[in-house]
Amino acid sequence: MSFNDPHGYKKNLSSPYTGVKGWIDSRLPLIRMMEAEYLKFPVPKSLNYFWSFGGIAMFCLIGLILSGIFLGMHYKPSAAEAFNSVERIMRDVQFGWLVRYLHMNLASFFFIATYIHIFRALYFGSYKAPRELVFIFGMLMFLLMMGTAFLGYTLPWGQMSYWGATVITNLFSAIPVVGDSILLTLLGDFTVSDATVNRFYVLHWLLAFAIVGLVVFHVITLHMTGSNNPTGMEPQNWDETLSFHPYMTIKDTKAMVLFFILVAFILFYYPNIMGHSDNYIRANALVTPAHIVPEWYFLPFYAILRAIPDKLGGVLAMFGSIAVLFILPWLDTSKVRSCLYRPIWRICVLLFALNFFVLMYMGAKPASDIYVLISRIGTAYWFLFFLVLAPLVGYLETPRQPVTISNYIRDKKA
Amino acid sequence: MIKKILLAILFINFYTFTFASEAKIEIPKYDWSWKGFFGTYDRSAAQRGFKVYKEVCSGCHSMNLLSYRNLEDLGFSEDQIKVIAASSLIEDGPNAEGEMYERDALPSDRFVDPYPNANAARASNNGAYPSDLSLIVKARPKGADYIKALLMGYVEPPQGVTVPEGMYYNAYMEGHQIAMPAPLIDGSIDYDEGTEPTLDQLATDVTTFMAWAAEPYLEDRKRLGVKVILFLLVLFVLTYISKERIWRDVK
Repeated sequence: MSFNDPHGYKKNLSSPYTGVKGWIDSRLPLIRMMEAEYLKFPVPKSLNYFWSFGGIAMFCLIGLILSGIFLGMHYKPSAAEAFNSVERIMRDVQFGWLVRYLHMNLASFFFIATYIHIFRALYFGSYKAPRELVFIFGMLMFLLMMGTAFLGYTLPWGQMSYWGATVITNLFSAIPVVGDSILLTLLGDFTVSDATVNRFYVLHWLLAFAIVGLVVFHVITLHMTGSNNPTGMEPQNWDETLSFHPYMTIKDTKAMVLFFILVAFILFYYPNIMGHSDNYIRANALVTPAHIVPEWYFLPFYAILRAIPDKLGGVLAMFGSIAVLFILPWLDTSKVRSCLYRPIWRICVLLFALNFFVLMYMGAKPASDIYVLISRIGTAYWFLFFLVLAPLVGYLETPRQPVTISNYIRDKKA
Repeated sequence: MIKKILLAILFINFYTFTFASEAKIEIPKYDWSWKGFFGTYDRSAAQRGFKVYKEVCSGCHSMNLLSYRNLEDLGFSEDQIKVIAASSLIEDGPNAEGEMYERDALPSDRFVDPYPNANAARASNNGAYPSDLSLIVKARPKGADYIKALLMGYVEPPQGVTVPEGMYYNAYMEGHQIAMPAPLIDGSIDYDEGTEPTLDQLATDVTTFMAWAAEPYLEDRKRLGVKVILFLLVLFVLTYISKERIWRDVK
């Protein structure tokens, strides 16, 4: 231990490499770190393709940032020019249509990958100790993703952009005392306006890079504990692990290529299928669309918002529905992680996934009797799942004894 | 199972789904030359459609996201485009003396608006604003099918339905009332020999033109799509084989 290293974590300054590589590495131990974390890093042998979606989501993020940079070179963040500048990108900029459609559709695919990734965490108990922080950083990213997506959807300045922004920002006025000040600060005006699109553009960039920052924390915490796996058991020895490279790199690449075939199919042949046709009408403060609906990935939360008859209550329920995810690691009382060995919790999780789709469907429907009723049942189950079932099932259920990774693989081969 | 659900979700467009279940108006499906993996715009239909737009629609409807030079895509020659552009006057200036002046439009100009401003447009149309048509095909849930159906949807109102003064009955308009009088009838445009200007033909042609106007890069998009997907498929086969090889010895 030396004077500038009270905890001793810099003690091994002598690099394993020689030459230029060694010179750099002994001063900036990045090469060593990359080798340890991405080449030799041991991962459980038993990972299935659900584990590819984190990497896929990261590639979506990279694609969004790259395409976003090029869009930003041509986009004009003002109420007067935004709509036409997007159309100018589509029509007059070299491959502008490709960059714009890519940005638009990758946002949707980022959510698809992230939702599958979160489902994987729920199903196989990846949120449980010692991976609570991995999960919490993930949830923070999810929250920022929703913010970024919402801000970004305002920028093309179509009818849904404008009215979606009006409806969602108005939610803040439900907050007692400070609500109106928050709303005014957010909009920079009394309605969604020129000032709004300008600041939303800045915040859209800011949050996008904040997500990148959180990815770093997500990955650091993940690499401290190592990956979970379908059994939810930690590897017992080296034989139960594989090095990240080449085993995981090739497996994830294969999954990623398959995923991006799907992306390409939608991007090139149905680029507007996940959008709303009203957004090709320029924003007009005097004409309200017949149905104001958010983007598809917000629909479950929109359904929860509308399920509560009170405005403040609705807002609290909507934010609460995400807040409960943050404390899930402590709400779930079970000793066993994976749903493979938890017969009752498994049903609860699958119902949760089904309920997610039901709420998504309800969010797209008008707020009339039957749809509101179903939304309420769905909302009730959402909170029941986290606040009651997670602690209770953990106590009452008798899980089966999880098998070791080696036995799991042997059983699967048999 | 999960995979199936996810795929099903992907291919549902929640929004059109919503509209389809509420509005009971069935929009017919037509054949369009630009559908499918290798679809392209029918150039002669689009050229005729431009004629329809110029002689009928452009009296009230602007198309200000298009420039005259874009018409080259449809097969018009540079000289033809110069003549087309020059048939409209555009305000320019100020000149060196500080005066605004009118001049013939150039191929680089956007399509000249029929009205000087939105209020003038409303004043001439009973208070209704004729939409800009540049993106109209993308701005309606059923796109081209809806536009063609609407253009052909002027029928006698059913018994008992009264249409207020200044409005017209249309079978495909939401609420069945539309402020635009029937723009096209059989033979309302003179076509060159060989094409019969029936209502159906006129509607098909002008819709083709508007579909092109909304997405002039559609053909590039589809052509590139085939290449990208083929590339990814080959890449997938390679990664599949590599994965099998690398994992062969994993017990």
